[in-house]
Amino acid sequence: MAVILNINGKDVTVSSPPETPLLWALRDELGLTGTKYGCGIAQCGACTVHLNGQPQRSCQTPVGALAGVKIQTIEGLGGAHPLQTAWVARDVPQCGYCQSGQIMSAAALLARTPRPTDADIDQAMSGNICRCGAYQRIRAAIKEAAGLGA
Amino acid sequence: MNAPLAPSRRAFVISATAIAGGALLVGCSVADALSIGAADPDFGAFGPFIQIGPDGAVTVICKHIEFGQGSHAGLAAIVAEELDADWSKVRVVEAPADAKVYANLTLGVQGTGGSSAIANSWDQLRSAGAAARSMFVSAAAQLWSVPATEISVKDSVVSHVSGRHASFAELIPAAAKIAPPKTPALKDPKTYTLIGTDRVRRKDSAAKSTGLARYTQDVRLPGMRVAMVAHPPRFGGKVKSFDDTATRKAPSVVDVFEIPSGVAVVAESTWAARQGRELLKVVWDDSKAETRGTDELLAFYRTVAAGHGPDSVKWQTFETRGDAAGAFGGDVLQAAYDFPYLAHATMEPMNCVAEIGAGKKKLTFGSQIPTIDQLNTGAIIGALPGSVEIETLFAGGSFGRRANFQSDYVAECVHIAKRLGDGRPLKLVWTREDDMTAGYYRPLAHHALQVALGPDGLPHAWRQRVVIQSVIKGSPMPQSGVDSTAVEGAMGSPYLTGTPVVDGRVALMEVGAPVLWWRSVGATHTAFVMEHTIDRLARKAGRDPVDYRRALYQRAGPAGARHRAVLDLAVAKAPWGKPAPGYAQGVAVHASFGSVVAQIAEVKLDGKVPRVGRVVTAIDCGTAVAPDQIAAQMEGGTCLGLAAALYGAITLKDGYVQQRNFDRYRVLRMNEAPQVETYILPSTAPPSGVGEPGTPVIGPAVANALLALTGQPTESLPFVA
Ligand code: FES
Ligand code: FES
Repeated sequence: MAVILNINGKDVTVSSPPETPLLWALRDELGLTGTKYGCGIAQCGACTVHLNGQPQRSCQTPVGALAGVKIQTIEGLGGAHPLQTAWVARDVPQCGYCQSGQIMSAAALLARTPRPTDADIDQAMSGNICRCGAYQRIRAAIKEAAGLGA
Repeated sequence: MNAPLAPSRRAFVISATAIAGGALLVGCSVADALSIGAADPDFGAFGPFIQIGPDGAVTVICKHIEFGQGSHAGLAAIVAEELDADWSKVRVVEAPADAKVYANLTLGVQGTGGSSAIANSWDQLRSAGAAARSMFVSAAAQLWSVPATEISVKDSVVSHVSGRHASFAELIPAAAKIAPPKTPALKDPKTYTLIGTDRVRRKDSAAKSTGLARYTQDVRLPGMRVAMVAHPPRFGGKVKSFDDTATRKAPSVVDVFEIPSGVAVVAESTWAARQGRELLKVVWDDSKAETRGTDELLAFYRTVAAGHGPDSVKWQTFETRGDAAGAFGGDVLQAAYDFPYLAHATMEPMNCVAEIGAGKKKLTFGSQIPTIDQLNTGAIIGALPGSVEIETLFAGGSFGRRANFQSDYVAECVHIAKRLGDGRPLKLVWTREDDMTAGYYRPLAHHALQVALGPDGLPHAWRQRVVIQSVIKGSPMPQSGVDSTAVEGAMGSPYLTGTPVVDGRVALMEVGAPVLWWRSVGATHTAFVMEHTIDRLARKAGRDPVDYRRALYQRAGPAGARHRAVLDLAVAKAPWGKPAPGYAQGVAVHASFGSVVAQIAEVKLDGKVPRVGRVVTAIDCGTAVAPDQIAAQMEGGTCLGLAAALYGAITLKDGYVQQRNFDRYRVLRMNEAPQVETYILPSTAPPSGVGEPGTPVIGPAVANALLALTGQPTESLPFVA
């Protein structure tokens, strides 16, 4: 039974069974591979997408529960989002595998808290693991994108 | 033995017979032999490392994988500097697998490891860039009938003193006809405009900030199927029997069969493979499996270190000097340290794509040592290694994990693809749980020390026993002599150089859990042991830890000179003795992979958890090719080392791995990340390692701060059990 999802502003039909996590429907069926698998148990944040503007772990969200929900992935961020500009300006990524999730968590933070404090950043970003340890550049890039200098 | 600053030799020794039967290969080198069966490459006018398109665009072919360490930026910058190419337009592509052309000149095979990417490529790529530049200069000189000495190159434009100029694009047809010089003149480093500047930036940041960078996990090919494997829950376990009735009924499951490493479930998608594997019932044969726990193993290691182990234990001497008899009387520091197994836990779990059969022999994945992956693949499918094609992608981290002599997960993928045999792409996906429980850990280790101080308060006699598994046993690396990967960092330490009596030995243990190098290898434990012991000795002698180290480096002579220089730089920048309010400082200095790193960490206690604030880092890595990437490696290496020191531990209970995911294998997160400041010591020496040397120093720096704070030494890692 097909499910219709609204992804990055477009309605798309997904034929994965309804219990399939959004992560795998995005990656395997729709080819939106920017969203990454890292743990599958809501521990790493690599799979972070926005559901109605809220950061959510797509590894934990079955597609069957998403009718009528606005889904945004890293591909929908456009490439020129101030966070993406700051990420490139500061060479934030190392291996890069975590960065889609980092940027999606940061984008949700800035959408709700345009001028975040260090404590806000800790709070919003501590669910996203970066094994390469790019944390201090991530923090600096978030502040730069928020116009806070860094 | 006393040359700690020579780049670590990680040479591979591969016999020709290992490749394809001696007779065929008589009279050719191993590199040649590895290339038999490879397509005959046509590299174009500028050789195997540089392509210049008709539009003048320069593409650098990198023989090293990019998995975060910034190799592509550094390698491309070396070429661009000598070629005087327009850096903003330089592109980077990954080299195909071809050991003859793309061997790592340190390892002897094509591969990335030992923090050697920049160091081994330095002369090679400078020459390649300079040769290409000289071809453009010669071409312009001929076309314009002017002396080459009156021609200069800048940003891909060739100019004559008269003002006449032409772009690479315009000159390409003529330049491509010039024979490349054998020994092109290299630039005077003083004239560099790119190397050593902050203009050297990553080429992949945009792709990695938009989700467009392509990793193995992201490979999607027509007709591709996905496999997962049920692995034995204990190391050394085997399949006894399995029931796949339910799995075969699951949607999109294509096939189920046994392979050497377990039971493979092949499906049309990742989720289907995972669901299918859940339904599989496997009975395991654990008769040959490792069933010990880490507590039991550590207790055994301690017994061995104390000299009470079984007769089968063989000790190797890694450093010896003077007469130990009677040297350890009187006031002696006794210290013992335990180190757990560590998982690499790269962000991207292990995976591989293989196309085998119907005339295809191709792997697509983040191959760290393509030559070894070719060898192991060739052995499985019965093909010449050189005929196995490898397309190397970005890898989501490695920290040593993808440099595996057995090509463990690659071999697994190849076995499945071979069995399917239809040449359709097969992607092997490991879950986080597969990845974390698969072994190839940083080995469990125990050190026991006795150190006697002389009247000057400095070590007079140093006895050290190291008990550990070998990461190179059974590998193509030299098997005779001391296993330096087990003791490097203790072996060759400047603290030992000046000590009159040294008795250092290592015993290599046999345990069923497979082990492997983990970013900075031996230094992951030796740096902690040496640096924390030195602080304990300084305390015993009533000396300041920095002054004490200076005295030791002085005593070591030339072997201590670079340590002294980075220590002084860090001390000045911190500055030492002036921590932020509420924090204590800890210092540590360690040499690895040809470089020396000093760190001064500010630490406070939050209950029982150490919190690290500012970390001042000074590094001597020879010529700094890409300073901002060196800083990034210091930042990242510090985080990885701190994660391990604070929380990292894989434990076994009755042979079962107790940590399966990030819930129980805790790693560093944003709220715990230190602020690392990096200072690079100016140097004209050739470049040395950067990827690993920043990792092992933070652990002892934190332990030393805690010693200052609490008076208590740390004898077991992680800090937070
Ligand atoms: S993959 Fe979803 S949180 Fe890790
Ligand atoms: S950049 Fe590699 S995990 Fe974050």
